[in-house]
Amino acid sequence: MTLELFLQYLLAGLTYGSIYAVVAIGFNIVYSASGVINFAQGEFVMLGGMIAGSMARLLPLPLAVAVAVAATAAVGALVELVFVRWLVRPTVLRLVVITIGVAILLREAALSIWGEGVRSLPYFTGDELSAFSLWGVRVSPQVLWVLGTTVATVALLRLFFGHTMLGWEMRACANNRDSAALCGIPTRRLLTLSFALAAAIGALAGCVVSPIAYTSYSVGGSLAVKGFTVAILGGLGNSSGALAAGLVLGVLESLSVSLWPTAYKDVVALTVLLGILSFRPSGLFGSREASRLGEAG
Amino acid sequence: MRAGPRVRVAVLAAAVAALQLALSGAGKGFYLTQLTMAAYDTLAALGLSLLMGYGGQISLGQAGFFAIGGYTSARLTTLDLGPPSGSGLARALAALHLASFRPDFAGGELLSVAPLAALAAALLLGAAVAVAIGVPVLRLRGHSLAMATLAFGVIVSSVVVGTEALGAADGLHGVPPLALGPFLRVGGGPSHRVENYYLAWGLVVVTASLLENLVHSRAGRALRALHGSEDAAGAMGIDAAALKRKTFVLAAVLATAAGAFTAHLDGGIGPAEVSAMRSVRYVALVAVGGMGNLWGTLAASAVLCFLSLRGTFGVHDDAVFGGILVLSMLFAPEGILHADLGALAARLRGREAG
Amino acid sequence: MRSVIRIVALAAALAAALPAAGKDSLKVGALLAITGPASFLGAPEARTLALLAEEMNAKGGIGGRRLELVVKDTGGSPEKAVSLARQLIEEEEVFAIIGPTTSGETLAVKPIAEEGRTLLISLAAAEVIVNPVTPHVFKTAPKDRDAVELIFERMRKVGITRIGLLSSNTGFGKAGKEQAEKLAPSYGIELALSEVYDKAATDLTAEVTKLKAARVQAILNWSTEPAQAIVLKNARQMGMTVPIFQSHGFANVQYVAAAGAAAEGVIFPGSRLLVVDSLPASHPQKGVLEAYKKAYEARYREEVSAFGGHAWDALMILARAVEVGGADRDRVRSAVEGLTGFVGTSGVFRFSPADHNGLGRDAFELLTVRQGRFVPLGP
Repeated sequence: MTLELFLQYLLAGLTYGSIYAVVAIGFNIVYSASGVINFAQGEFVMLGGMIAGSMARLLPLPLAVAVAVAATAAVGALVELVFVRWLVRPTVLRLVVITIGVAILLREAALSIWGEGVRSLPYFTGDELSAFSLWGVRVSPQVLWVLGTTVATVALLRLFFGHTMLGWEMRACANNRDSAALCGIPTRRLLTLSFALAAAIGALAGCVVSPIAYTSYSVGGSLAVKGFTVAILGGLGNSSGALAAGLVLGVLESLSVSLWPTAYKDVVALTVLLGILSFRPSGLFGSREASRLGEAG
Repeated sequence: MRAGPRVRVAVLAAAVAALQLALSGAGKGFYLTQLTMAAYDTLAALGLSLLMGYGGQISLGQAGFFAIGGYTSARLTTLDLGPPSGSGLARALAALHLASFRPDFAGGELLSVAPLAALAAALLLGAAVAVAIGVPVLRLRGHSLAMATLAFGVIVSSVVVGTEALGAADGLHGVPPLALGPFLRVGGGPSHRVENYYLAWGLVVVTASLLENLVHSRAGRALRALHGSEDAAGAMGIDAAALKRKTFVLAAVLATAAGAFTAHLDGGIGPAEVSAMRSVRYVALVAVGGMGNLWGTLAASAVLCFLSLRGTFGVHDDAVFGGILVLSMLFAPEGILHADLGALAARLRGREAG
Repeated sequence: MRSVIRIVALAAALAAALPAAGKDSLKVGALLAITGPASFLGAPEARTLALLAEEMNAKGGIGGRRLELVVKDTGGSPEKAVSLARQLIEEEEVFAIIGPTTSGETLAVKPIAEEGRTLLISLAAAEVIVNPVTPHVFKTAPKDRDAVELIFERMRKVGITRIGLLSSNTGFGKAGKEQAEKLAPSYGIELALSEVYDKAATDLTAEVTKLKAARVQAILNWSTEPAQAIVLKNARQMGMTVPIFQSHGFANVQYVAAAGAAAEGVIFPGSRLLVVDSLPASHPQKGVLEAYKKAYEARYREEVSAFGGHAWDALMILARAVEVGGADRDRVRSAVEGLTGFVGTSGVFRFSPADHNGLGRDAFELLTVRQGRFVPLGP
């Protein structure tokens, strides 16, 4: 394989890897705040792209994206309010079941509203053919948007959780809900906020990747599985770990295509998931503590 | 078996027979086919009910075992082992009843694996895979277990759709009927409807009574203890890991059997039937029937699968099952038969007040 | 809005609307993959059938009898197709069945239709549906072989000898792959690469990179799914300027929109439905195509696709056969076999007892994309 080809595979892997990373970060935010793994996270990505696609016909692109993000955040909050908070004795089993149900309902609702067709947002800059050269590899400007958005998201989140009052409160909540409540932190509201935030981030990812891929009602499912894989790989709750893990998985998938039949590409991510869960559930970068899932359930 | 369960099994058997007589008598025998298909799904659901209710573990990968059962049976019974008059090996296999003849398009005969032998192979393979993945996977809990089993199921369905020898996107066709005896056969078209029906529901009755036995035995009590608290159970000398594995394998074998029988009944199998959505449906059936509530699951499965196969839910089939998952967790987590409506009303009132 | 609910409501309303007695109406069943992985095919088919049935009934029905359409959603699952087929044949006692949408489902339902001696007009592509021919099973989708040959002829003409094939992991993709692999040598074309991609893929850069590495002179992309547009985008973005050929599964202008500027210059064998405006007035299909296109686009406010056209052809063929054969199933069946020169959206059908598809090479015309629109390729 020539260097140019290798770089091509690498870049493809990095692009998709960063999308997986963003989905994973969404999982992490909700998990950190509540111990809940929200299987509907992939659907938030889908909703972002779909809503923006519809809005883009009426509004200028940046506004369409903003509306999509806000609307999806609202949906995320609603999901928490209606489905999670209402749960009597929320055992882990019940949470898993109900979030899967929510994911299906969101997908079917999208099908009813938008039909089975596909849509893409217009490229943020340039169009389908524009590309510039990077080390001999041709790259679409949209790829830079994707990578840039991911990096910016991770950075902003670090800032948020590390240096703002709200962020600290959410971390306290995640650490020990009861103690946080005793300190006067409005834990329930923060839980809702965490869902909304995760949904917003997912929606943004959906918008930024939509030009180079496409969105349709059914894209949420496989994104959720891959995003979860990355979340576990990077250590649940660890967002920088998620970024690294996402890039690793993306590149692995991409390179696998050069080695064996492309028909088995998805099996790569799934095998990684099965493998990591079986042998190192704390992930590559995570702590032992993070691997104790479902204990308190 | 104690009196209660024994009575329930008898009632089920009687109901099965009564239904058939009523439908056939009324000239509505065609319902029997769909009830038969629902029966095989019920087998898988019963196994999952045991796993989720008593073992407290969730598996989103039952469709993977369904695939193993269906595809193994289908592939082996549609193999071409060469002309029947051919090699001595072929004749020997036939004599051992490991191979049998089936008609081919041109009116001749093809030698392939005998359906019963294929079934045995499928079940063995399913059990073996369950044991193999059970070891690493059952150490997980909660979300991780759910995702690990989901990954397993999707890997199986991806492999199946990506492999030419398994029919790739088209699946496998021309699967011959499975004859378990002179009057018992799976498949074979409308003329064998009644046989198929009794065989399928007979299997369900037998499975239900076996599982009831299990639940009320020492092993069953150990399982329940496990569900309550693994550490406590371990402190009392219960080998938690072994028990979990055995339950997992049992559920897997039931799902494998369901797949094999369905392949013979439909005369084929395809990748669309072994997707993750199938696993999710099984979970929905168990959720609404009540985890661990075998009879609830049986009833829910029979009714919902039947309705789904008839297209009653139209284009909203998946949405219905998604809705069932959500609604049962919110309003009837112990299953619809145990829905505590009084408490629910109180909560609603409480919400409005506060 | 292309709401799926509307289709079914429409079809259901049709089916449930006050009939005269059962005697006066002709019950026709339809097994379509309206939801699920094949919904790109099944949903337009369902919309087309609903539209056509309504039109027919407004004009007095089929052969003087009201058409009662019973549409069932199989979700693309052969198991469900089997169950619903039995239901339609034994319980609803339909006169004929249109569908199923996919090859896998059709193969599962084929024995049931034969056993029930019910006419089955499939909308799926696989050759094996009508080969070997069985008395009651027909199909209205054109032959993959013809499409492949048309493409290879063009390639040979422009001197292409080394290509890469990408096909989707669906029945359609698989069938095309088989034909391409089988026919390539006789056109002097080497298949440097033949890879399968997932129908739900949203990025195929890695797969296209593999093609680039193989130094192919052209890409052949075989799919009915939206993912085919991704191949176009990825290829062009990567700087691959080689010609890209698509299958007749590209016959949906939504895919052109999805690929944007990357679709420019793509060559594929398509239904003339897509270029009806540039057909000369004397072309036999022009009238039929314009009627269908106008009606569909007015009702559903979306562009026609060739997939919906298969359903149109199936129901129209059935109607014509009923006009000839009346209420007798065997006579109608023979009537279908006797239809020659029937002008449909996919081409001019010439059925016979040995040919239950009736379409030949002339079902296709080589088309290309210019400025986001389908136009004939020309010489």
